[in-house]
Amino acid sequence: MNIKENIKTLIVEKPLKLDCGQTISNFPLAYETFGSLNNEKDNAILVFHALTGDQFVTDINPVTKKDGWWSNAVGSGKSIDTDKYFVICANVIGGCMGSFGPSHENPKTKKIYGTDFPVITINDMVNAQINLLDFFGIKKLFSVVGGSMGGMQVLQFISNYPDKAKTAIPIACTSSHSAQNIAFNELGRQAIAADHNWSEGNYNSKSIVPDKGLAVARMAAHITYLSKKGLQEKFGRKLQERDDLKFGFDADFQIESYLRYQGSVFVDRFDANSYLYITRAMDYFDLVKQFNGNLSDAFKNTKAKFFIISFTSDWLYPTQENKDIVIALNAVGANVGFVEIESDKGHDSFLLNVPDFLKALKNFLDKSYAEKLS
Amino acid sequence: MKPEYKIISDLIEKNAKVLDVGCDDGTLMEFLKTNKNVNIRGIEISKEKVQTCIAKGLTVIEGNAEFDLKQFPNDSFEYVILGQTLQAFINPETVIKELLRVGNKAIVTIPNFGHWKVRLNLLFKGTMPITNSLPHDWYNTPNIHMCTIKDFVRFSKIINFKIFKSLALIKENVSDINNSNLIFKNLFGELGIFLIEK
Repeated sequence: MNIKENIKTLIVEKPLKLDCGQTISNFPLAYETFGSLNNEKDNAILVFHALTGDQFVTDINPVTKKDGWWSNAVGSGKSIDTDKYFVICANVIGGCMGSFGPSHENPKTKKIYGTDFPVITINDMVNAQINLLDFFGIKKLFSVVGGSMGGMQVLQFISNYPDKAKTAIPIACTSSHSAQNIAFNELGRQAIAADHNWSEGNYNSKSIVPDKGLAVARMAAHITYLSKKGLQEKFGRKLQERDDLKFGFDADFQIESYLRYQGSVFVDRFDANSYLYITRAMDYFDLVKQFNGNLSDAFKNTKAKFFIISFTSDWLYPTQENKDIVIALNAVGANVGFVEIESDKGHDSFLLNVPDFLKALKNFLDKSYAEKLS
Repeated sequence: MKPEYKIISDLIEKNAKVLDVGCDDGTLMEFLKTNKNVNIRGIEISKEKVQTCIAKGLTVIEGNAEFDLKQFPNDSFEYVILGQTLQAFINPETVIKELLRVGNKAIVTIPNFGHWKVRLNLLFKGTMPITNSLPHDWYNTPNIHMCTIKDFVRFSKIINFKIFKSLALIKENVSDINNSNLIFKNLFGELGIFLIEK
């Protein structure tokens, strides 16, 4: 997989002190842009990706050759209209699409970092990405947008840089990872660790990777992104290319076959150690604790206009957790709108073609842009 | 646009911070923004109407006023508006108290159940009144706590809030309500508009 030639990279020279105590500098931050920055430099939107996303938001992903992960929402004439806005997205640090991560070589030991890579937090991810603003000469972003872990980055970004974005759209997220969220992530990590090929993270050879463990992690996580109703309607008890049960352990049911497929395609594009690091970052995310139990304090210095969006069937980051953010914002008199979108597609709704969601996102952005917020 | 919007607008100072509870499709919010340059937010229970408001560029929170006013700190707004929905709440007393907690002042409008047409309707037909402003049948109406202008004035004494200004809307005409004309306004007013304080 020769991906390097398709990846734009900013080398961040400035030292970045990570939450774990280590300091990194001269590290690569892979990014992609869509649309063009106008002369006033007031049309930039920083999109944050979720757990398994990358910088290839829309168009064809040059690595996977598939549509970008948010092609439903981002593109010419779409909700985040690239004819109008300059969209920037970076691969998070800890990731595996070109940004500094566990698959990079440790210059001191000349070995792949593996689990010697420092533990990364959402805060670290955001602090790495702020460098993109200087790089593009942008004083203030028009918007910061993201779903799931992307939404957590939106919240952390506004908290760290209250005057660097005019609008903020955290979607289907939470201000603090719940025990259930941590439990599912731990399940994924243990699946990877249980794969013999993982070798405590030291799987240097490209041919021997913990792909079975990573596939199981992906399968388990994938279930949490869907709703019971959505699964039932799509698959029910339908059988996979057979007329009857085979009384064995092959994939009799379509849902089994579907999950196996999801697992198998995932391992081709994702690094198992990155999966450990990024899920850990999500688990460590607790903006409430960062502000000593008062989430409102995270937002008390911002003038940003917020729009919070949740989905009825999202049980991973349910509406109430999104509403808690709305409540915290109202407590400090922030400018906040909120809508819960009706959808049976579960947490994944924000990635899919859900017209009410896409309409709300577009209207909020376009009307806010017309307002010329300061 | 509803005739009372102009009257509500006249009760509000320029540049005030305002919350419209049950903001519907945002028509009043837009009108107040244009006319009074207010900093206005809305709460609306219908997803469809929230979408309409977003499309108008209005800041609206999807929610139920009966439960979601809680999230606002004391005195968050100079004015809180409750247009023709008090009668639909399970506990109007709590709602009024919440309005006056989050706002310095509240503007409450009520469809007057004491209007002569309503009275005649019940008197002669012997069935629950159906009028232009109260178009529902008894079994499907959201209005579970109908009151009259006189009831609302009495309510202010019972649960202890001040009525700063009270107006009656008859057709397109607005007039003051006072102690001496209360019986008359309660018979002819289609809508009561009250500016209230703690």
